[in-house]
Amino acid sequence: MPEAAAREITFAEAIREALAEEMRRDSRVCILGEDVAEAGTPFKVLSGLVEEFGTDRVLDTPISEAGFTGLAVGAAMTGMRPVVDIMFGDFITLTMDQMVNQAAKVHYMSGGKWKVPMVMRTTLGAARRSAAQHSQSLHAWFSHVPGLKVVLPSTPYDAKGLLKTAIRDENPVVFFEDKMMFKMKGPVPAAEYTIPLGVADVKREGRDITLVGTSSMVQVALGAAKMLEEIGVSAEVIDPRTTWPLDEKTLIESAKKTSRVIVVDEGYGRYGVTAEIAAVIAEGAFYNLDAPVKRMGAMHVPIPFSPPLEDETVPNEQSVFEMAKALCGRN
Amino acid sequence: MTTAAKQPAAQSRVEVEKWVRMYRHMLSIRLFEEQVNDLYTRALMPGLAHLYIGEEAVAVGICEALRPDDYITSTHRGHGHCLAKGASPDRMFAELLGKEAGYCRGKGGSMHIADPATGNLGANAIVAGSAGIATGAAFSAKRRGTGQVAVCFFGEGALGQGVVYEVMNLAQLWKLPVIYVCENNLYTEYTHFTETTAGGIQSRATAFGLPAETVDGQDVRAVHAAAANLVDRARRGQGPSFLLCNTYRYRGHHVGDISRDYYRTKKEEQQWAAERDPIKNLGDWLMDQNYADAALLARIRAELEAEMKLAVEFAIAAPYPKPEEVNQDVYA
Repeated sequence: MPEAAAREITFAEAIREALAEEMRRDSRVCILGEDVAEAGTPFKVLSGLVEEFGTDRVLDTPISEAGFTGLAVGAAMTGMRPVVDIMFGDFITLTMDQMVNQAAKVHYMSGGKWKVPMVMRTTLGAARRSAAQHSQSLHAWFSHVPGLKVVLPSTPYDAKGLLKTAIRDENPVVFFEDKMMFKMKGPVPAAEYTIPLGVADVKREGRDITLVGTSSMVQVALGAAKMLEEIGVSAEVIDPRTTWPLDEKTLIESAKKTSRVIVVDEGYGRYGVTAEIAAVIAEGAFYNLDAPVKRMGAMHVPIPFSPPLEDETVPNEQSVFEMAKALCGRN
Repeated sequence: MTTAAKQPAAQSRVEVEKWVRMYRHMLSIRLFEEQVNDLYTRALMPGLAHLYIGEEAVAVGICEALRPDDYITSTHRGHGHCLAKGASPDRMFAELLGKEAGYCRGKGGSMHIADPATGNLGANAIVAGSAGIATGAAFSAKRRGTGQVAVCFFGEGALGQGVVYEVMNLAQLWKLPVIYVCENNLYTEYTHFTETTAGGIQSRATAFGLPAETVDGQDVRAVHAAAANLVDRARRGQGPSFLLCNTYRYRGHHVGDISRDYYRTKKEEQQWAAERDPIKNLGDWLMDQNYADAALLARIRAELEAEMKLAVEFAIAAPYPKPEEVNQDVYA
């Protein structure tokens, strides 16, 4: 965790600082994407970068996700460190061949000779009233594929430290940012730091139940933990921070300690991240569990537009609180 | 190395050596592929392979125009490209047999030969799958100021894939040193290209402003002349281009595609082999010009046959990778 005296910046500023620092440090790093230069993306996450680094390193592309992602794969293989910006996570579907068949497999298929040090930054998360094609959380798809790493920061501090590590990684890394989090403030030290991939963070210590939260669901889990505290239940909140590599040890140890686990992730529950993490915990902590591992994810429906409908689809503090209360026999 | 009956003029000696070298490279690919077919029919090769026989002039004519550090991307029908860019037959065969001595330690196989030492970014089993990679290599070469160019080989079947047009658009916008080489061998797997391709081919590139040319892909001299020009302009910073090479796949889609009557006639196949064989035609031209005689061409063949025999023996004798290698190199 960051030191207490750290300054506070937003999640978007943390992303921007990580990119700027790595671009100053390494001339091979460049940014490719739709409206990334003067516009600084629709979320304004990249504002100011083109002014410092110029249009040679911050490149506006046509609306061609497959094309510029494929281009980034080839650039990464031949000495660049591209960071591609896929505006909405829903659009990763257009990049699937480039990421799954090309980026993920080049190193292995070439017997370890070629490498693909690239980062894909994209978004996840519902609740912006953006309907079914701008609201999905599809990080499970990439987590399924050997050769890719998948990062899910949940705080400004984690976002900066993890993105810097992702850019320095020798492999293709997909970095999912929660759209609803860009304006969230948090402590981030001004001094240089990085966070390794594959190390979970205990966001809150507790004794009675473990809430595993990812990305947007970490704050939900922390909120639920506060509510649980009021009824005398001590909840631990674990943030894996990366779905691959996955810090299985920290997850299992927490489960062994508390004996009850709920996994909360904004992706679809079916065949999703929650299923994998629940299976890891069930296999690793079976004899210490007092209840089945519970999963909470997006409902198995396309995300609807209408606000009261959309709000039904993703877990919230109240629903996690209710589930935890029931699991602890506090009804 | 030439023993031309009539000694060519001194200033053209380099030229003569170049054409004889290209004859050797084309024949090398032909003999390599015949060995691949033989390994398949003798059940010594796991899986399948897609033979380049008949199309040799395209790979050789183009790669002769490249520097060793220039990049290529190849296709599922990629042996010819890899060899023409400098791969050695023994390690190629070893890869085809899944051996540790192969270019990819046996992990890639026929469709994924890759070799940084010869600028080979990899053959690709997704049709049009390497269009982005080649364009990205050109982007990187330009950014790094290395003067390298990238050649993206693909068959006419790839014209059905949208990513080809996405990257041509990007390459022209950013003036990237990439040459898109479309090998139209007439058949998209088992379907004649006229059933899958509406309108023109060359015009698809010119729509993006790319200079485009069409050449007889059976004529290595025509292919090479066009390639040299396009590579030169790319190297001088004038951007991407498109080269359509009309050629013919002598064999089936893959080594197991034996009965082809339902999609093309034997007569058609025989006609191409008899009248438009790139190796025979270059050999005839070399002799006609007195650049080589029959004895030289026979000696080249004998040398290559001996090389292929040794290369196959090397690959057969080479050990498989150890089982514990299976999860190595998933991540760098």
